[in-house]
Amino acid sequence: MTETLKPQTQAQLRDVVAWAAAEEAPLEVIGRGTRRGLGRPVQARHTLDVSALAGIVSYEPDELVLTVAAATPMAEIEAALRAGNQMLAFEPMDSGLLFGRSAGEGTLGGVLSAALSGPRRIKAGAARDHLLGFQAVSGRGEIFKAGGKVVKNVTGYDLPKIFCGAFGTLGVLSEVTVKILPAPPKSRSVLLFGLDGAAATHAMADALNAPFDVSGAAHLPAAIAMRSDIDFVRDAGMSVTALRIEGTPGSVAARCAGLRALLAGRARDEELHSMRSVALWREIRDVAALLPDREAAVWRISVAPSAGASIAAALPGAAFLDWGGGLIWLAVSAADDASAAQVRKAVDASGGHATLFRAPEPLRAGMSVFQPQPPALSRLTARVKESFDPRRVLNPGRLYAGM
Amino acid sequence: MLKMPALDQGVLARRDQIVAALRGLVPGDGVIDSETGRRVYECDGLTAYRQMPMVVVLPRTTAEVAAVLSYCKANAIKVVPRGAGTGLSGSALPLGDGVLLGMGKFNRILEIDYANRVVVCQPGVTNLGITNAVQGDGFYYAPDPSSQIACTIGGNVAENSGGVHCLKYGVTTNNVLGVEFVTIDGEIMRLGGKHLDAAGYDLLGVMVGSEGLLGVVTEVTVRILRKPDTARAVLLGFPSVEQGGAAVAAIISAGIIPGGMEMMDKLAIHAAEAFVHANYPLDVESLLIVELDGPAAEVEELIGAVETIARDNGAVYARTSTSEDERMRFWAGRKAAFPAVGKIGPDYYCMDGTIPRKRLPEVLRRMKEFAGKYDLRLANVFHAGDGNLHPLILYDANKPGEIERAEAFGADILRLCVEVGGVLTGEHGVGVEKRDLMGAMFTEDDLKQQQRLKCAFDPDGLLNPGKVFPILHRCAELGRMHVRAGALPFPELPRF
Repeated sequence: MTETLKPQTQAQLRDVVAWAAAEEAPLEVIGRGTRRGLGRPVQARHTLDVSALAGIVSYEPDELVLTVAAATPMAEIEAALRAGNQMLAFEPMDSGLLFGRSAGEGTLGGVLSAALSGPRRIKAGAARDHLLGFQAVSGRGEIFKAGGKVVKNVTGYDLPKIFCGAFGTLGVLSEVTVKILPAPPKSRSVLLFGLDGAAATHAMADALNAPFDVSGAAHLPAAIAMRSDIDFVRDAGMSVTALRIEGTPGSVAARCAGLRALLAGRARDEELHSMRSVALWREIRDVAALLPDREAAVWRISVAPSAGASIAAALPGAAFLDWGGGLIWLAVSAADDASAAQVRKAVDASGGHATLFRAPEPLRAGMSVFQPQPPALSRLTARVKESFDPRRVLNPGRLYAGM
Repeated sequence: MLKMPALDQGVLARRDQIVAALRGLVPGDGVIDSETGRRVYECDGLTAYRQMPMVVVLPRTTAEVAAVLSYCKANAIKVVPRGAGTGLSGSALPLGDGVLLGMGKFNRILEIDYANRVVVCQPGVTNLGITNAVQGDGFYYAPDPSSQIACTIGGNVAENSGGVHCLKYGVTTNNVLGVEFVTIDGEIMRLGGKHLDAAGYDLLGVMVGSEGLLGVVTEVTVRILRKPDTARAVLLGFPSVEQGGAAVAAIISAGIIPGGMEMMDKLAIHAAEAFVHANYPLDVESLLIVELDGPAAEVEELIGAVETIARDNGAVYARTSTSEDERMRFWAGRKAAFPAVGKIGPDYYCMDGTIPRKRLPEVLRRMKEFAGKYDLRLANVFHAGDGNLHPLILYDANKPGEIERAEAFGADILRLCVEVGGVLTGEHGVGVEKRDLMGAMFTEDDLKQQQRLKCAFDPDGLLNPGKVFPILHRCAELGRMHVRAGALPFPELPRF
């Protein structure tokens, strides 16, 4: 039976972690728990629930910065930003949908801790590029801060970078400051129908290499496209390659025309406007709606964009490509090792990394969920962990067994 | 005066032996121990501080770097890595008992990969060298520090360098996808690659901007971008700096992120005009250069919007570039602002704090007070979009006491930046220059946590000691935990 501790203030958070360090009592750290199924399961007698550390601390649209308590729900943040015509440009994925949760439930601290960047990553940067500063409690039970609250800063080590994707294993975030940007008023997508993986990869590369500021490039094979809610995509009966253009109205229209001219003759094309374009990219961002079978295991594979299509084609299951080919979302049977041996082999051959993003708990407990590291890097990783959390009380085992 | 770590007399006593051993590891002309040869390396771009290194080593291969570092580790010899030595904060200031490891021979571009929009190169390639290699095909590398002709990509990685276009396109860290680096143990590691996010801890993210304290980078993979179709700049003059600042805020709140947005005050405008004849208006208190880049249709739309916003905020002068020549002339003045101010200086000391932009009027007012107090002139150049200030303090190094006054003035400015919610350095790095001011921004616990990370990479503190951190703690001391055992505190804490 685990006990849940729910600090109401940063000082209480510090005291809980200091106690855990003293007692060497491991803590599973959760915000609203929407990503609990992501990563290796944590064995801990105590759950540290930080969901009370929520709320917008300051939102300064003109300064392009937003500071919030770390467990502020994404729904609240997105509503505030929408009111200011701004956005988190890395287009955070709402991973909760893959785990049966409702939209917007997760927290910004969770999004950053899991480093979940969406389709716009190819143009605007990743989650790690938008975390400017934070306050946290280290595994030593000490409150510390890093980074700053301005958009440009090189003072001291860039600790916000390693806190993105650390899954709460280095410290417990209590407050985060992120860079925000104006939201583009218009979104349009150019759709190309019927391309195979190789042709789609070429088309996406040509689009991204052209001066049209493409902000999304994804390829949905026929079996995936038919699951979309967007009629043009669902009813295509063949693969759909989508290229997104965002910006002011005149610019979007001109760039879409330029892009279609560039790619003319390769495939039948079509344009999606406004809300339907927005909805398509939300499906691509959140993944859940496009993958078949709620029971399937889901892999997230990050590789060089030119390599994605051929890797996906060689693996079992159903896959689609985002990031111009650089991000593969793959659904496979959760039986046996969920195709881990094949996935690891393919990624080792090309460079990059694969995460078993969703799978039954026993499977995640018994294998590497994240990319196994070469020995020297693994030792360095363990030393970095120790430098923040020497007694391994924060989410032990979440990233790697024994760490 | 700047206090550096005490010289290790044991190492200095073995100097000849160390030089001989290094010659065995890096054959040919790669080890320099003559006084004239070492003199070249005695300072970086922060020329106020000079120190001859014990010996200079210029390796050619990653294997040589690994051999030198593991030798230095085994023999407890300090190492200072260096790119082109253009840094402005003294990160590459040599140590009298240390090896100065110059990476200049790593000067090859290894791969240009348009399918993945990356260039893989050695760290000694210049920043502009990357753009030059791809611009014929319509691409460029976005971060553009003003030293880009000379500075190297390895140095950019160490310092996380910025440039005038970074509000829209990011600084170095946002444009680097992978590195190969060598640890002080001589282990060769690879982080990232051509893929777009990190596996495990984002160690690449902390390597960038670590000022040579964590490892020596031997290969870099950077993102390249397609050159925008069009770039046009507009010059805007205001009767006060406040109005210029208000226009900047209004442009951003209108949802416009210009490719570049630079501001100069009257002294900087006059100095630049006298130096390069950029045709700047001389009767304004502040000048804004706003550059819009992107698809032609968008640039046309936005440049009109910017002019309107500027006039609404009191601009008394507006001129839009009508040719590439004219756009370059607008920039020529700004890019020459530092040497131009140096001409009237005769010396200048360049600061680099960042502030929340809304505090600009107050910061300008207080800097003017400081100028009176220290009896020195101040010219101001800002990266207006991101609040990164470059106040240039004018002094005369030949007048006794002026350099000390300039340094004290600079320290006051940086403390002011922190006081209003900003930071000590926006793009130049901490190095030795701002090292002793770190306590103004960070608590002891903040700094100790950063130093513990350093211990994970370099437990003996041999890589670039004396930089960034004001007080050096031993790793054993930093690792110690003072635990208080006992029952879980806070009985009022909700638990379930």
